[in-house]
Amino acid sequence: MDDLLSEFLTETNESLDVVDVELVKFEQEPNNAKILDNVFRLVHTIKGTCGFLGLPRLEALAHAGETLMGKFRDGAKVTPDAVSLILSSIDRIKEILAELEAANGTEPAGSDHDLISELERMALEADTRGSAADEAPEAEDDGLARGELVEQVLERPLRPGEVSLDELERAFREAEVEVELPVSAPISEIEADAEMEAEAAPPAALAPRSRVREEEAATRETAEKGEKKASVSSQSIRVAVETLEHLMTMVSELVLTRNQLLEIVRRHEDSEFKVPLQRLSNVTAELQEGVMKTRMQPIGNAWQKLPRIVRDLSQELDKPIELEMIGAETELDRQVLELIKDPLTHMIRNSADHGLEMPSDRRVAGKPEKGTITLSAYHEGGHIIIEVKDDGRGIDVDRVKAKVLERGLASEAELDKMTDQQIHKFIFHAGFSTAQNITSVSGRGVGMDVVRNNVELIGGTIDLRSVPGRGSSFIIKIPLTLAIVSALIVEAGGDRFAIPQLSVVELVRVQSNSEHRIERIKDTPVLRLRNKLLPLVHMSQLLGVGPNDGDQEIESDTGFIVVMQVGSQTFGVVVDGVFHTEEIVVKPMSSMLRNLTMFSGNTILGDGAVIMIIDPNGVASAMASHASSVVAENERKEAEDAMTSALDGQSTVSMLLFRAGSPEPKAVPLSLVTRLEEFEVSKIEHSNGRDLVQYRGSLMPLVYIEASQTRRGEGTQPMLVFSDAGRSMGLVVDEIVDIVEDRMNIEVGSDRAGILGSAVIKDKATEIIDLGYYLPQAFEDWFMRKEMDIAALTKKVLLVDDSAFFRNMLTPVLKAAGYDVTAVNGARQAFELLENGDTFQAIVSDIEMPEINGFEFCEALRRDPRFRKLPVLALSAVVSPASIERGRQAGFDDYVAKFDRPGLIASLKDLFAGEMGIAA
Amino acid sequence: MRHNDNLAAGIDDTIQYVTVIIGGQLFGLPISQVHDVFVPESVTRVPLAAPEVAGVLNLRGRIVTAIDMRKRLHLPARDANAQVMAVGIEHKGESYGLVIDQVGEVLRLSNDSMEPNPSNLDKRWAEISGGVHRLDGKLMIILDVTRLFGAMFEPMAAA
Repeated sequence: MDDLLSEFLTETNESLDVVDVELVKFEQEPNNAKILDNVFRLVHTIKGTCGFLGLPRLEALAHAGETLMGKFRDGAKVTPDAVSLILSSIDRIKEILAELEAANGTEPAGSDHDLISELERMALEADTRGSAADEAPEAEDDGLARGELVEQVLERPLRPGEVSLDELERAFREAEVEVELPVSAPISEIEADAEMEAEAAPPAALAPRSRVREEEAATRETAEKGEKKASVSSQSIRVAVETLEHLMTMVSELVLTRNQLLEIVRRHEDSEFKVPLQRLSNVTAELQEGVMKTRMQPIGNAWQKLPRIVRDLSQELDKPIELEMIGAETELDRQVLELIKDPLTHMIRNSADHGLEMPSDRRVAGKPEKGTITLSAYHEGGHIIIEVKDDGRGIDVDRVKAKVLERGLASEAELDKMTDQQIHKFIFHAGFSTAQNITSVSGRGVGMDVVRNNVELIGGTIDLRSVPGRGSSFIIKIPLTLAIVSALIVEAGGDRFAIPQLSVVELVRVQSNSEHRIERIKDTPVLRLRNKLLPLVHMSQLLGVGPNDGDQEIESDTGFIVVMQVGSQTFGVVVDGVFHTEEIVVKPMSSMLRNLTMFSGNTILGDGAVIMIIDPNGVASAMASHASSVVAENERKEAEDAMTSALDGQSTVSMLLFRAGSPEPKAVPLSLVTRLEEFEVSKIEHSNGRDLVQYRGSLMPLVYIEASQTRRGEGTQPMLVFSDAGRSMGLVVDEIVDIVEDRMNIEVGSDRAGILGSAVIKDKATEIIDLGYYLPQAFEDWFMRKEMDIAALTKKVLLVDDSAFFRNMLTPVLKAAGYDVTAVNGARQAFELLENGDTFQAIVSDIEMPEINGFEFCEALRRDPRFRKLPVLALSAVVSPASIERGRQAGFDDYVAKFDRPGLIASLKDLFAGEMGIAA
Repeated sequence: MRHNDNLAAGIDDTIQYVTVIIGGQLFGLPISQVHDVFVPESVTRVPLAAPEVAGVLNLRGRIVTAIDMRKRLHLPARDANAQVMAVGIEHKGESYGLVIDQVGEVLRLSNDSMEPNPSNLDKRWAEISGGVHRLDGKLMIILDVTRLFGAMFEPMAAA
């Protein structure tokens, strides 16, 4: 592509962007002749240049557009339809230009007849609608003024190199407009404005009246323009971006070399280089600043397309929208500017579509029908702050929450703890869109996350504020330039690293005896900083350098905490030392290292060493994952703790509190409960004299705590399910009250079956139920099945009592104490068992029994050498010194009152302990 | 340089190799690919990088990524204070330094003495070897730079 053409493309694209903006303005104030003139002039230039370069298709289109605009200038009514038509013509021109560029200078085939005929029709209409008859001659006048040139071109497309006299003439006439274009957009705009102001008054007043006067004014104006333009063109030149880039690189190198020199001189105190080096240093700084300036462009350049976009959106969405732009002259690095364009466009679309309400809703809310989007930019420190604000409905927190839940990004419990601001942040998550309907504008799932990514990519941050009903605003903070950043040089694990100042909020010195002291919650180090807890991470741990025992290091006295902020995340990075700040030139890492998210690049320091530049975003995300791994670790530890405390009987036990039968609370150790279930009452079946329910493919017997207990007539029935080795039992309860952690100290024993005793739980006397009583009610052999397994561990005890009541009462008590109990109703049965070879480690016998009483039973045992040493306990309702003495004589090892169950257990324990002692 | 090299190859079918020694084994790099030979000094470690990345260093104002060839070839690490050398290589516009034990002479070798990799060569070596030259009393493995980098980048792309 030749230089002329490429220049043409750049210029025309710039002009078209301006036309877009101006046309939108024009639509709003159709009587502003200044704007119309501006638009007209630009289109005219495009047309002229196209003709000059031999681009007939473009020229024809531009001409038709110009003709229509000419009518406006002559006083025809400006309609939105007409403006739309012109805008779509401009779009077509842009398309053709794009193809032109791609095709290396060849105009694409195709016809623009549709647009041209429409434009012509509208021009004609404007003519006929023209207010007075004297308008017509004026139009002809216009034709006379330059009609013949135009027609000629239209009839016979020119080829490059072919120049007619008319062409030349026109080229001369337009020369002054062409030199104006090379000037960068803002200057030309300012310039244009100034001119307009200068000559606006007379033509504006005269324009509608006399054509001749206007022509005169135009000539005068052209002459003025010519002068001014000449001076401007001699002051500015167009430079290829590549040249600037190269210049920038060279300056960066120069900065590095200067830094190196400064470093050397610093070591030699009285060097004669000192003064000239100081001078060199200053010059370098100025040079750097100068070159940086050439890269700077007003942010308005990135905003150029926005008015047009907003206008289109306004029509598409049927919402009147006003776009306010403040601080368009704020300058920032070209490179950053390019990168911020798309995110800005997206945010504007977002505000228009999601942010602003429909006009009817706005009326209801008492706001003006026309929504306002405000775009503002200003400098703050080394950053530029761009704010996109709308006066719409604000962010609907509930809708965001619903979406978060739907997407599974957070649980309801987590959401409850979050502030509205934190919830707002979810809109930056990938694939998040709260637009209820997918419109062509937004709601396609690619949204704010893309914006956030783009902003973060250039080292920026994005924040958001929203007030329901008042609107929301997005705040982007980006560095002015990417090439040179100020960085803090720190040391960690023996290596130096550079942290971009942008993300450093402050530095805190760690001292164990001062208020700035690292504390830990579990194993997570934190710092109290102005009444807030700051999560900490040691850099050497993050990077996996230095000693592995980071924990010890993190507690050490000497160290600094670099408080960093990335987005809304604030955290502290503990480093071993902080050196100084240095202006560094970010150099990309080699592709071999580009997979390291922790670094954004590397650079050469003043002392010549290479240093890695920390990427704050990488640290932030590593911090998050580091935190979650700590959480996982903690969870594991907690589980272990729970295990050990469960084994240690002294500690608290989780108890499940419930009510059944009586109003007093009852409790059971939670660890025994397999699960809590509720069954439909209708599902409870009655079979073979007991209640059953189908549970997990088999029948589960239901057990009632008290006979008086009635199950519910309807609804659901809560129950505790106990499962063991594939069998389950449902313990029917009236109500599950609570789960509490408490010591289980049975203070008062109980003689009611199924109740171990009473304990104080949650300041209330609570009955601890005896599961050992209920389990056999479901399956009689519940405990037997385990016999084989635990025979070695449990002592077999023979209980001899004639009373069924006492047998039933004591059996579970002994079982609960860990004994394997066999109950018989008298001495005779006991002897039978013993003769059959059943062995028992102890016998507990009643005294008052028919046929053979306890004393006789014991004496008989002692006569048999096999049982001479077998521990035998006497259990009697009558406890008197005489009976105790009688028992001892009979050979009983101990004598216990029948209702003293803890005494019985203690006595048995003593017996076995003594036996063990003997054995040992 | 490449031009000369091709010219030379055209005339007498030979290629000049810069020979280096890595863990006692002789390797040869086509001279056209070697930019310079230097002693790597003040190498900055790069945490979290692949094990064979020895670090980054400043070579006359350029940042060079140093690759420890012993690690790359899965050879035992050298003594802490042993002398090392590095061969500067350009790959896709980026500078790399292959850290080796020692640099030897430049050999002009005829393609006649070249043989393909023996089939039983360690896979990790075969990956980066462009063939073997039979020399008097020893063998020289041709270090194929393109394959060396290819092998290093591909697993990373997968990861």
